[in-house]
Parts: sequence; structure tokens; C-alpha cells
Amino acid sequence: MLQKTYENIDSIGRAILGIKAKGVHNKELAEVIYPNGQKAFAQVIALDGDQVTLQLFGGGFGVSTDCKIRFLGKPVQVGFSDDMLGRVYSGNGQPIDGGPELLSDMIRVAGPSINPVKRLIPKDMIRTGVPMIDVFNTLVRSQKIPIFAKAGEPYNRLLANIATQTDADVIIIGGVGLKYDEFHYFRQRIEEAGSKNKTIMFVHTHRDSIVEGLMVPDLALAVAEQFALQGKNVFVLLSDMTQWSDYLRQVANAQDQIPANQGYPGDLYSQLASRYEKAADIEGAGSLTILGVTTMDDVTHPVPDNTGYITEGQFYMKDGYLELFGSLSRLKQQVNDRTRPDHRSIMNAMARLLSEAEERVKAQKFGSVKDDYSLRLLDYRKTFQTELMDPFRYLELEDALDLCWDTLAQHFKKEEVGLSSKLIEAYWPEKGKFKILKEMTHE
Amino acid sequence: MMQKAKGKVVSVNESLVGALTTEGSVMNGEVAYIIIEDGKRLKSEVIDVKPNDIVYLQVFEDTGWMKVGNLVEFSGLPLAVKLGPGILGSVTDGLQNPLYELAKKEWFLERGLVVEPLDITVKWHFTPSVQKGDLVTGGTVLGSVPEKLFEHKIFVPFSIQGDHTIEQIAPEGEYTVDEPIAVIKDAVGKSVELKMVFEWPVKKPMPFNERSVPIDPMPTGIRILDALFPIAYGGTACNPGPFGAGKTVLQHSLARHSQADVVIIAACGERAGEAVEVFKDFPELIDPRTGKSLMDRTYIVGNTSSMPVAAREASVYMATTVGEYYRKQGLNVLILADSTSRWAQALRETSGRKEEIPGPEAFPMYISTLISAFYDRAGIELLPDGKTGSLSIIGTVSPAGGNFDEPVTQATLLSTGAFWGLSRALSDARKYPAIDRIDSNSKYPSLLNREEVNFLLELLRDGKTIASNIILMGEKGITDEAYIRHQKAELLDAVFLQQNSFHEVDGVTTPDRLRAMFDMVKEIIDATVGIKGKEGIRSHFNFIRLAFLDWNYMKPDEEGFEKQKMKLVNLVKQREHVAENV
Ligand SMILES: Nc1ncnc2c1ncn2[C@@H]1O[C@H](COP(=O)(O)OP(=O)(O)OP(=O)(O)O)[C@@H](O)[C@H]1O
Ligand SMILES: [Mg+2]
Repeated sequence: MLQKTYENIDSIGRAILGIKAKGVHNKELAEVIYPNGQKAFAQVIALDGDQVTLQLFGGGFGVSTDCKIRFLGKPVQVGFSDDMLGRVYSGNGQPIDGGPELLSDMIRVAGPSINPVKRLIPKDMIRTGVPMIDVFNTLVRSQKIPIFAKAGEPYNRLLANIATQTDADVIIIGGVGLKYDEFHYFRQRIEEAGSKNKTIMFVHTHRDSIVEGLMVPDLALAVAEQFALQGKNVFVLLSDMTQWSDYLRQVANAQDQIPANQGYPGDLYSQLASRYEKAADIEGAGSLTILGVTTMDDVTHPVPDNTGYITEGQFYMKDGYLELFGSLSRLKQQVNDRTRPDHRSIMNAMARLLSEAEERVKAQKFGSVKDDYSLRLLDYRKTFQTELMDPFRYLELEDALDLCWDTLAQHFKKEEVGLSSKLIEAYWPEKGKFKILKEMTHE
Repeated sequence: MMQKAKGKVVSVNESLVGALTTEGSVMNGEVAYIIIEDGKRLKSEVIDVKPNDIVYLQVFEDTGWMKVGNLVEFSGLPLAVKLGPGILGSVTDGLQNPLYELAKKEWFLERGLVVEPLDITVKWHFTPSVQKGDLVTGGTVLGSVPEKLFEHKIFVPFSIQGDHTIEQIAPEGEYTVDEPIAVIKDAVGKSVELKMVFEWPVKKPMPFNERSVPIDPMPTGIRILDALFPIAYGGTACNPGPFGAGKTVLQHSLARHSQADVVIIAACGERAGEAVEVFKDFPELIDPRTGKSLMDRTYIVGNTSSMPVAAREASVYMATTVGEYYRKQGLNVLILADSTSRWAQALRETSGRKEEIPGPEAFPMYISTLISAFYDRAGIELLPDGKTGSLSIIGTVSPAGGNFDEPVTQATLLSTGAFWGLSRALSDARKYPAIDRIDSNSKYPSLLNREEVNFLLELLRDGKTIASNIILMGEKGITDEAYIRHQKAELLDAVFLQQNSFHEVDGVTTPDRLRAMFDMVKEIIDATVGIKGKEGIRSHFNFIRLAFLDWNYMKPDEEGFEKQKMKLVNLVKQREHVAENV
């Protein structure tokens, strides 16, 4: 196809460029050619007569009116081959690990979604060894679920743990706005776990342009989807989607779009959804699971809020703990009736008691908590936190369930916990017979 | 007849495309096809006609690779749905393409793919009910075919006006929806050939034959609704709530257990996986009321969150039009729309691209008008044959930040008859369904009588007041009487209002069982408790709760059911409990 080059640039913004050109396709890939011959990618995002708007992968800084634009006659694509395993790529799909460029098939990026009838109902539990996940918010193959946390919480450590301790065939890490040490950390963990040859990284750091950052999830997910179609169980880690949303906001504002909430574009929901919805367990093929990070201060902020409406739950991390309230796995009920007969019930009972305890915490402020039952609730809350909420304590699910029973027996009478007589009979540990918890005998 | 327009693309901005018409006349709302380089025809709808022959199209597919100058063919026809036998049990996208058929062509929802909405190979057994020479008009029944659970009436298309005479009518036999079954002739002798299927524009409400007011409660199997905040046949309800509070679980539960004849699920801009759960589970589930598969009464239309946004609006209207059609069949239809906020957001996206003046939170100014017009399509219809049909609509709302004080929730509250507000506090405490016990309301009659409802609501209000007193003053700061009242409120919540949707038995409560449970609850609330001291009182109610929950989880025909009930009664009367403690 004839590649046309144009010179009459009209406008240059932070991430957007306007030019007059003819015969250009919507979403076409283009090159910005600098006077010194250097090149950077751009993509058409709107057409109006002969007025073309492009988003600049390299950002607008340094682009001058004497740059040229060449339209490449193809959409944005990414390479795909098994040889990509073990490699590191940038947000424009170029290797940045010093290794050779690969000759590989090019595949489409941000393609349409899979026909829902090709989806299987998720049914396989992923054991993580994290009690707050396995017992209370079970992770399920093909789930899309982010960690909600303040910046600085050890969320990347948890991501890396889950990715390396589980049985994924392929791990794809999409880093958006990563700090260098975070990038390094992921790399090191993957290598230590011996997972390097099943991992591909797409990395955007703060020194790269925001448009490249915007591309990272699409590249990561396009490649992941291919592996899944080939029958692999793929884990995609996306960190940090709040950064990504901020880049989206910047590009939208540069286009003078009318913002909906706090400057974010009205389509933030759809934009996030079209990425997260790539997660799927595919009939006759493999699966794609997405674990994300959404940094936040307040869950009602537009980014976590829209994310929560899209993902299948979230893990809420606060002060280094995985919280029970605020965390949710919407797929847990698909699997937690097939683990152990007490799983579902004890999960609910523990939660109900903890929420009762939270009421007492409120009441404590008024100095009104004096009765024995309330005090026991508060003790229970303490045990719960120290024994169960540590994201880095490794316990098999069965041990974690036993720990729950021990915790109940430590603080409550049988009839106080609201569990059916049948279960109590089967699982209630008598005094002196705790399995996991160190029994305290002050009573 | 107006000449169909032709045109060319002049601008592309995501799903909003500008076109210059070069010939013919254009109708607002008509369907147009944009032909891109590879020959694919992308479906779109005219949403604005501007000066200088410019029209704006919202494109129902991805607009990648479109370019200025691409041809546009206008159809002259509004976006319409095909109505006829074969809809029930099917799953389509927002433009009525059957998903299972699409999947035979491609794994992914590639653009430009179209499939016949109704299978044209299936033969239906048609029995005519008119004869040659009979006078008919739009809406007259020509005959019927059995469809799944009932006789599907074949109508003269509603768009036909004035008296017509039957010229030919097919004899009883097997026909596909594509074969003619009648020819009718109007007053001036012009004849029209009719099939078992006809089209109706999705955005045009079907006129009511005669409308009536919803008064009969529709049992849903969900106790808190049937007892406290009911929905009526032909009524409307909304369930707003923050993410994860239980909107979809509630909708799915309604889809399974509501006593409607036809259930239409409009999966609008939400997770594909949730729709998949329904259409993969329902065929396996037996509806106890009919003994047939649940899927037989269900139609699922979905424009899930990663499908093209512009088709979201269409999907909601599509569901509604199909609902109106089955109401005309004399059936009770329930539409479940999850989530209407996504539909509103789709409108917001388009409105923003059109650079319309935005209202609050950038939603278009006319959003409330559209929402009320949508819910107004629900209602009771008295049909010409003396039967009634009803269409009820229950929509979820997903307010930003979980704050109900936003345009979509507010407009919805004004347009619906029941409000089920989902609360984060309740869902955190796993008190499902997390419907706020105090702030929710319904204007429809309950399965219980008025006094009984008030009796429960009063206890809940008292319980709330006492609970806040306990927080302020501690258990020691309140009287034993108040504490007992508090425990009764807690018990009511735990054993009656809370319900585990995922439990085979507890997940659905028939009206009879609701009555039995209510009587038991009432006995507990009415009983005087002679125990002194908070510890003893709490323990008394703990035993009752445990026994009650065990009972809730038992089937009425299960061994031990009656025994458990007696145990409960004894506990309430404090006999067994006292004995146990000795
Ligand atoms: N009645 C119920 N019984 C048991 N669990 C429930 C119930 N309702 C909700 N849940 C739990 O809460 C989770 C979230 O519920 P649901 O998916 O219905 O939320 P939602 O309000 O639709 O959220 P979103 O707005 O994000 O779609 C469920 O996956 C389930 O774990
Ligand atoms: Mg939902």
C-alpha cells in the first residue's frame, strides 16, 4: 500500500497532534518523522473532513511543525510468538531488554470481545495460600480482580506472590507508570521463582510518554488472549490502572472532551471495561485471568468506583492487611461449595461476627462497651486481624478453615456463632484440641 | 413513498459519524449502513439531522478503519425488532443477533456479522382462527402456534390500520416464520401478504389496548420484597446500590423465582460473565411452576460492557418491545434491566460527542425524560379478548460513588413504584439481600396485610433506635425490655429478612411458606420473655435463631421439618431452653 507523507501540521498538544491529510483511516497507525530522521509512532483517533487528529505515542514534547507524518496503512498491531517468553517490551511493543527484535506474526490489538456463548462459567479455584483470599474471597480462574490500596502498600508483592505461587502457564506483566524499582522488583521475583521463561513484560515507566502507558494493557491483553486461545492458562498483572486512567483523562482533556466526574471522561467505564472484560475462561481453549492494581485514597473516587463496577470483586489492602470489609470475590460462590462442606458457612459466620465487632469499635468511642459479650467480640476482632489478615501468611485452605473454627471456639459459645447444628457437631474444636491457633486459656 | 438517501462519511469520532447526504430524504431514527473498505456493512442509526445535508449517525460497531468518503446507505426504516414465535429461550445481542448463531461463524463478535433474529428453518404448527372473508385489523388474532409453554397468538401486524378482509388464510399445518400464512385486502382492494413475524420500531411504545392500574402483588420468592417492599404485576421497581452490594444477584434471583410467565433479561453494559451464568444455568434448571426448563420462559438480550456502546440503548428498547409483544399475548412479563446507568452513560457519551449542552455530571439534559418514558412502558393491559397482560420492569441503577443523589437515580426514583435501596453497610455485614430495611419503600400491596407489614416495620424502626442507644450507652445503659425488643428486631432480620440466594431451599420462599414463617415470627415477637439480664436474653434469642435457621434450610416435605418447627415453638415458649440449661 502506498504510504503517504504529510507536512502541514496544524496543532501540537501534550499528546495530540492535528494535521490536514486525505484518505486516512480511523485508528490508522502513523509515524512522526523528525527533521533529524528520528521516528515515533502515532495513531489516528478522529477524522473531520481532511482534518486528522492523532495521538502521539512519544508525547507532544519536542514535536515541531517541521516534522512530517507518514500514515502506515495498517492499524496498531503487536507481535506474537512463543519466543517472546522471557522478554521485556515497551508500550509501543519494542523490546527494551537489549535482546534481538523478533520476527513474529502480527496480531490485532484491542480487538472485539469474545462471543459470550464461548465463555465457560468459571469453576476452578486458584489456591493462593492467602487465608483472606482462599477462605473469604476465593480467587477463580478467569477472574478479573484488582487490589485496591493506597500508593505504597505492598500490593506488588502480593501480585508477584500470587502470580508465582500459582499454576499459571504464562504470566504477562503490564506495568503502567511503574517506578524503576517496582519494575526491577517484578523482574527479580519472576527470576527467583524460576518463572522467567513463562513470563513476558510490557513496561511503561514514568520516563516514557503517557500514550505508551495507555497502550500497555492492550498489548499485554492481546498477547495474553492469543496464548489463551492456544489453550494456555494465562495470568495478566496490570499495575497500576489508576495511572492508566489518569493518562486517559489527560488525552481526553487534550481533545476538549466534556468531563463527567473529576475531569475523567464520560467513557471511563467503557474504556476500563473493554480491557478487564478480556478475562475469560474460553470454551475449547485456555483462560485469561486479570489481577490488577488500582491505587486510591478513597473508594468513591471515579477510578476505583468505575473499576469496582466492572471487575469481579476487589482485594482491599490497608495498613499492610487484607481487609475483609471492602474486599469481595464475586466468583467465590462458584467454587466454595466444592472445597469443604463448612467453607461457605464459616466464611459467613466469621464475617457476621466481625461486623458485629466493628459496631462495638464504634461504640468504644463512647466508652459504652463493658459487657462480656462485647468485650469478647473485640478480642475476636484482634485475633482475626493478627491470625488471618496478613497477606503474606501462607496457609493451605484446609488449615485456614481450621484456624477459623479455632478462632470462633476461642472467643464464643457454640450457640453464639449462628452456625447450623450439623456443622457445629462436625467441626467445633473442643477446648485443648485446637488445630492451628495457639489456645489461650484465660477463660 | 420517500426516496431512500445515500451519502458519504465526512467525520469520524469514535461511535459518532457525520455523513453528507447526496440524494434522497432522511428520517431521524432511521437505520443506515456504512460500507467500509473490506465491504463490511456497519449498522448505524440517524440521531441528528443538521443543516447543509449533514446527518449524525451513531454506529453500533467499532469504527476502526472507517474513512472520510466511505459510502452510507440509508434504509428508510427505523431500528426495529422482529416479533414472532421463537424468541423465548433465545439469547441475542442488543441488535437481536442470536449469539449462538453468531458463534458458529466467529469466536469473537466481529463487526458486520448479521444473522436472522428468528430461526427461519423451524416449522411451527399453525392453527388458524379466522376464515376467508372475515374482517380484521392491526392486532386481530389470525391463529396460533404452540411456543414452549403456551399458545403464541399470531397477530395481524399492529401497524396495519383500518378494516381489511381475509383473502387467504393458511390451513392448519406446519409453517416457518418465513412463509406467508395469510393475505388480507384493504377497503380499496390493495392486498398484503402476512407471515407469522412482523417488525416493530423499538423506540415506539406499542399502544395499550386499554390500560389499568397494577394492584396484584407478584410473588418473587424473596421474603423482604414480598413482605415489605412488593412489586405488582405491571409495576415498576428500581434497585440502586454501590458496586458489589447485590444488585445482580437480586436480579438473577428474581429471574429464577418470580411468578411471571415470561422473563426478559436485558444485560445492559454489565459483565458478560453474568449473562453467561444465566443462559448456561437456566436450561438445566426446572421451573417448579411449569415443570419445564427455566430457559423456556426466558429471553436474554445483552449488550455487555465491552460490546459497542452505541447499541446499549437499542438493547434496552429491544427488551421492552419484546416485553410489550408478549404482554399482548395475555401474559405476565417481567423485564429485568441491569444496569440502566450504563444505558444512561451510553447516552452521555454520544451526547458529549455531539457537543450538546451537558446537565449535571455531564448527563444530557433530557435524561430524566427518557428514563420516565422507559418505565412508562410497563403496565397492565386489558386486551380485546377480555384477558389481561402485564409488563413489569425492574431496573438496577449504579450510581457513581454509590451516592443516590445523582441524576440517573433521582430520575428513576421519580418514575418507579418501588424502591429497593441497596446499602453498603448491610452488604459488608453480609446481611443479604442488602436492601435497606428502613429507607426502601413500595406503593404496591404486599402478600401480607397492611397491619402485618406495619407491625414488622415498626419493630425494625424500634430496633434501629435501640441499636444506636446501645452504641451510645452500652448494653448496660438500656432496660431489659428495650434489649428484648432489640433482640426481636435482630431476629426478624436474621431469620426472615436475610435470605441466602445461593441456597436451594432458603433461596426461594413460596407465598405459603412466607405465611407460615411470618406466623412464626409474629409468635416470637408477641411472646413475652420473662428472662432477666442481657446475657440470658441474648442466649435465649441465639437458640431461637439457630433453630429457626435450621428450619429455614429444610424442605417442607423433608423428614424432621415438623419436628424442627415444634422445637422452635417450644423454644419460643422457653420450655426446651430452660430444660437444656438445667
Ligand atoms: N443474596 C445474596 N446472598 C449471598 N451472597 C450475595 C447476595 N447478594 C450478593 N451477594 C454477594 O455479593 C456479591 C456481589 O453481588 P452483585 O454482583 O449482585 O453486586 P452488584 O450490586 O450487582 O455489583 P455491580 O454494580 O458491580 O454489578 C456476589 O457475588 C455475592 O458474593
Ligand atoms: Mg451487578
